[in-house]
Amino acid sequence: MLEIKNLHARIVDDGTEIIRGLNLTVKAGEVAAIMGPNGSGKSTLSYILAGREDYEVTEGDILYNGQSILEMDPAERAAAGIFLAFQYPMEIPGVATMEFLKVAMNEQRKARGEEPLKIPEFLKRVKDAAALLNMDMAMLKRPLNVGFSGGEKKRAEILQMKLLEPKLCVLDETDSGLDIDALKIVSEGVNALRAPDRAMVIITHYQRLLQYIVPDSVHVLYRGQVVKSGDKSLALDLEANGYAGVIGEAA
Amino acid sequence: MPAVQDTIDRVRKIDVDQYKYGFQTEIAMDKAPKGLSEDIIRFISAKKDEPSWMLEWRLEAYRRWVTLEAPTWARVHYPKIDFQDIYYYAAPKSTPGPTSLSDVDPELLKVYEKLGIPLREQEILAGVQKTDVSELEEPSDNVYKSGRVAVDAVFDSVSVVTTFKKELAQAGVIFCSISEAIREHPELVQKYLGSVVPTSDNFYATLNSAVFTDGSFVFVPKGVRCPMELSTYFRMNEKNTGQFERTLIIAEEGAYVSYLEGCTAPQRDENQLHAAVVELVALDDAEIKYSTVQNWYPGDAEGKGGIYNFVTKRGDCRGDRSKISWTQVETGSAITWKYPSCILRGDDSSGEFYSIAVSNGYQQVDSGTKMIHLGKNTSSRIISKGIAAGFSQNTYRGQVSAHRKATNARNFTNCDSLLIGDQCGAHTVPYMEAKNATAQFEHEATTSKISEDQKFYVMQRGIPEEEAIALIVNGFVKDVIQQLPMEFAVEAQKLIGISLEGSVG
Repeated sequence: MLEIKNLHARIVDDGTEIIRGLNLTVKAGEVAAIMGPNGSGKSTLSYILAGREDYEVTEGDILYNGQSILEMDPAERAAAGIFLAFQYPMEIPGVATMEFLKVAMNEQRKARGEEPLKIPEFLKRVKDAAALLNMDMAMLKRPLNVGFSGGEKKRAEILQMKLLEPKLCVLDETDSGLDIDALKIVSEGVNALRAPDRAMVIITHYQRLLQYIVPDSVHVLYRGQVVKSGDKSLALDLEANGYAGVIGEAA
Repeated sequence: MPAVQDTIDRVRKIDVDQYKYGFQTEIAMDKAPKGLSEDIIRFISAKKDEPSWMLEWRLEAYRRWVTLEAPTWARVHYPKIDFQDIYYYAAPKSTPGPTSLSDVDPELLKVYEKLGIPLREQEILAGVQKTDVSELEEPSDNVYKSGRVAVDAVFDSVSVVTTFKKELAQAGVIFCSISEAIREHPELVQKYLGSVVPTSDNFYATLNSAVFTDGSFVFVPKGVRCPMELSTYFRMNEKNTGQFERTLIIAEEGAYVSYLEGCTAPQRDENQLHAAVVELVALDDAEIKYSTVQNWYPGDAEGKGGIYNFVTKRGDCRGDRSKISWTQVETGSAITWKYPSCILRGDDSSGEFYSIAVSNGYQQVDSGTKMIHLGKNTSSRIISKGIAAGFSQNTYRGQVSAHRKATNARNFTNCDSLLIGDQCGAHTVPYMEAKNATAQFEHEATTSKISEDQKFYVMQRGIPEEEAIALIVNGFVKDVIQQLPMEFAVEAQKLIGISLEGSVG
């Protein structure tokens, strides 16, 4: 489903190269964890997948279902089924969460040539999704992410992910800022979305999240490259021995 | 003027003495020459069949105006206006305009399309002049039936207007053109005209007093709640009267009226200079709500040809416990120079000002309000949202003052500016003056930029760039949008989105 081939990318503003020849393949139904020390390029990778303009791909390609997505803007990628759960979700003052959800869902439907959702159907979907994530409907009347706690923001991200039904989910440090109860709820929400036709890329610092969302593959990112890949045991190994060993091998 | 020519020809054919009926003189006199003089004012007044006191009033204004200089303190720049190069009275359809939609700025047409305005109405809004009346067929579609009070009414023929007039008359409300009011209700006009904005008020108000051609008049008698929202569009306007419009609204004791001005569709106008005057008078316990959507032609991509909008709007809370509320959405005009104000004269009176000013391209906006607290326990509230994009300059200029006797005057001001892109400017110029120690004034101001982070986040959810900006901006202006009547609110949101198109990328 996702194929990243020899990807090189740099920051547009100052030309700093962040991704340096990255290769990664994630199949449909697969949950791939990306781990790595600070500054290895994990968040940058998530931004590049979602199409952020601050980064420029200088070499290589990103194929999604066999098609290059490099020429698509973030909205087009989203409509094609790529979703990014942000590490720091943005506040949108004055725009009620419900309203935002409705606009987003209907814009994606429009891009796919579908009719907008009828209001009762929309409300039903939102209620069901909110119940699953243990979210209060009253919260959804508040402006999106404004005054939300860290946990509420992450839940709101997963809520959007569920409602938008993406095919490729990229979760950037979804566990950061979550207490253990919130982590469980969010993980359950993510696990409920695992499906044979859906791939997930989970970016995380710690093995902790992977106890709840068990990955099919684990990849270590260092200096903009995948330096080691393995199964879930690699994550445990990293937890026990740190990145030094893996990085040492790569260096 | 083919129609008139046709009439003349027919009259000739049936061999009637043309001098006897004065056709030729009539035609020759239909347009006053360029420039302004006492003769022109006498001409306008005579054209409108005005009583002599009205003419005297105009002449007095004119004599004062010739001694005044155009003000320069606003943060707007434009070439000096030659006031002798303007027509102050032109009969309908006498100036050349586009003759079909293909002559109209295609950008303007695109906007009409996006607002969902049918062709026929596009022609009228764009000022296309039809020579053959039969080309104007009846509107056949229902696209804009629901919630489009303003646009609908223009085209829904005279019958609609008369229906409304009947209902209003039953309630005792007078709603007519100011020219009609001068003829039919001279005692009211004489009592109130110029009592809020005196003829000597400022350069443009003085000019308006001398040459105004038409406008609205509303009188809501004691204890009456006006049964409907009044809109300029319920009153059939004479064409070409928009340049120096004069509006007077009076709410007697305990009366209530809500008035809507303007239209969300961009309107073309041959007149570059607009200098309107609006006066509101609220007596004891009366309330006036005045909402405006201003979307005049802002000029082309280089900012050429847009309208200059220099308007004086002021409300007088003359009675105790009276209330005046201004709500405005400003997206059009090349230059806007406008400060709808409230004089809080009555004790316990209150004034409100809610404003959204959007500028894009090379537009210049200098707008705000004045809240003048004179009575005891008066309160005012100002919520201003300025949005600047492109190369535009957007200034909020506001004055809050408390008179010596204005015990317990209260004001809350909130001015937020939002910048889109890095070539535009937002400025906030608040003046505050309290001569009474019990006054409490609060002022909050913020300036922010739509961040790339925010835009990226919204787009990542599948919302295309322009819709994403519109969504963020509409969130920003929500407090003000909520003050608008429902039908207007929906259109205003759409309009803000359209006004900002092309502001990114």
